[in-house]
Amino acid sequence: MDYFLQILGPLLQGTAVTLQVFLITLALAVPLGLALALIRISRFRTASTAVSGYIWLMRGTPLMLQMLFIYFALPFVPVIGVRLPDFPAAIVAFTLNYAAYFAEIFRAGIQSVGRGQHEAAQVLGLNYAQTMRRIVLPQMIKRILPPMSNETITLVKDTSLIYVLAMNDLLRAARGLVQRDFTTMPFVVAAAFYLLMTLVLTWGFMRLEKKYAVYDD
Amino acid sequence: MISANDIHKRFGSTEVLRGVSLHIDKGDVVAVIGPSGSGKSTFLRCLNRLESIDRGRIDIEGETLVDTDAAGACRYAADADSRRICRKMGMVFQQFNLFPHLTVLQNVIEAPVTVKGLTREAAIPAAEELLRKVGLAHKRDAYPSHLSGGQKQRVAIARALAMEPDIMLFDEPTSALDPELTGEVLRTIRQLAEEHMTMIVVTHEMAFARDVSTRVIFMDGGEIIEERPAAEMFASPAHPRTRAFLNHLA
Repeated sequence: MDYFLQILGPLLQGTAVTLQVFLITLALAVPLGLALALIRISRFRTASTAVSGYIWLMRGTPLMLQMLFIYFALPFVPVIGVRLPDFPAAIVAFTLNYAAYFAEIFRAGIQSVGRGQHEAAQVLGLNYAQTMRRIVLPQMIKRILPPMSNETITLVKDTSLIYVLAMNDLLRAARGLVQRDFTTMPFVVAAAFYLLMTLVLTWGFMRLEKKYAVYDD
Repeated sequence: MISANDIHKRFGSTEVLRGVSLHIDKGDVVAVIGPSGSGKSTFLRCLNRLESIDRGRIDIEGETLVDTDAAGACRYAADADSRRICRKMGMVFQQFNLFPHLTVLQNVIEAPVTVKGLTREAAIPAAEELLRKVGLAHKRDAYPSHLSGGQKQRVAIARALAMEPDIMLFDEPTSALDPELTGEVLRTIRQLAEEHMTMIVVTHEMAFARDVSTRVIFMDGGEIIEERPAAEMFASPAHPRTRAFLNHLA
């Protein structure tokens, strides 16, 4: 018990880092992903193709590689090259990567809203932006909740990748303790922390699904 | 009020409309009948730009929605103008197309609030009045998924009327309904006819076409074959194809 209390401090600090990366990434990647999805389905060919290429790049290379690139290689890239400290570098990498996945989820949700809904909106005089905002996107939300729940749970666990930038997230903190004290107890506690975070997420998404169950498509 | 001239439309290599012309005056109730695939629904959908035409001209209340220039290219009015012109026509679909995430009342006030810019408070009394008119005032807070097909279609009619259109287009409004539910929808449309609403109704309900419409149009193969006052059309169809079609139904 004493040992548990002793390791609790460092593990909670690690959890704080994990939660920061998670929440900031979510707050940035959701709007960016929505913007990407809307461009992808727009009639602007060039922009749409560019977004497709972006999504291919972000989904086609490891997140860890992207993070290493932004931290170590970006400073040497001409014109856009900047040297970012570790935390912003991690946030940028996570946001760019997750926005690509979110964009595809949003696109699937938007395109699952039938043609009849667009036509009904059109004959009532709604323009494209109004149709999206008032008719299509609200219906999209209900349909994307299950895949979004998946993706956000994955994000909680993916945050452990920031150890490559020598940041002390929950998993790295636990590993440090394991190596120092020759006991696997910190791993068990870390696992419990992860489970608790994903439990909260699962519960939150269940609440949302219930809220949207008031209507059927 | 509507004048369509020499409308041509093809889907790929199929010519769906081969030069359809039609004039609708205020108060006309025109029933469009004909076999499946005759182009009736496509023609209706061309009038409010749900489909774009390949050749021809459409004027709505004196404003040109689309025209064809000397070189044979179709030119539509600018987007905002075209939306404004098309807003003079309300439309009711075979598949209702209610907004499932909105309640009955929200469905009806959506366009008045979003398009006309009314406040919710200002839009609600008129919406409630329309729901009373179609007999669904008690369902105002229900979601569409909790309504029967006939109720859904009546909400769709109220939703279209909320934009105060001058013309109502009905695209097979009872074709997706169980037979016992068609009556309530037809009664609602009949009531509109009695109030002298200008309407075009694509329908398979011959009795309804005969009793309610002022004029009947028979389409086949992408053309208007015959256009006559309702009573005449059913009593003595002139064209052999009309006769064959009507006989086949009877």
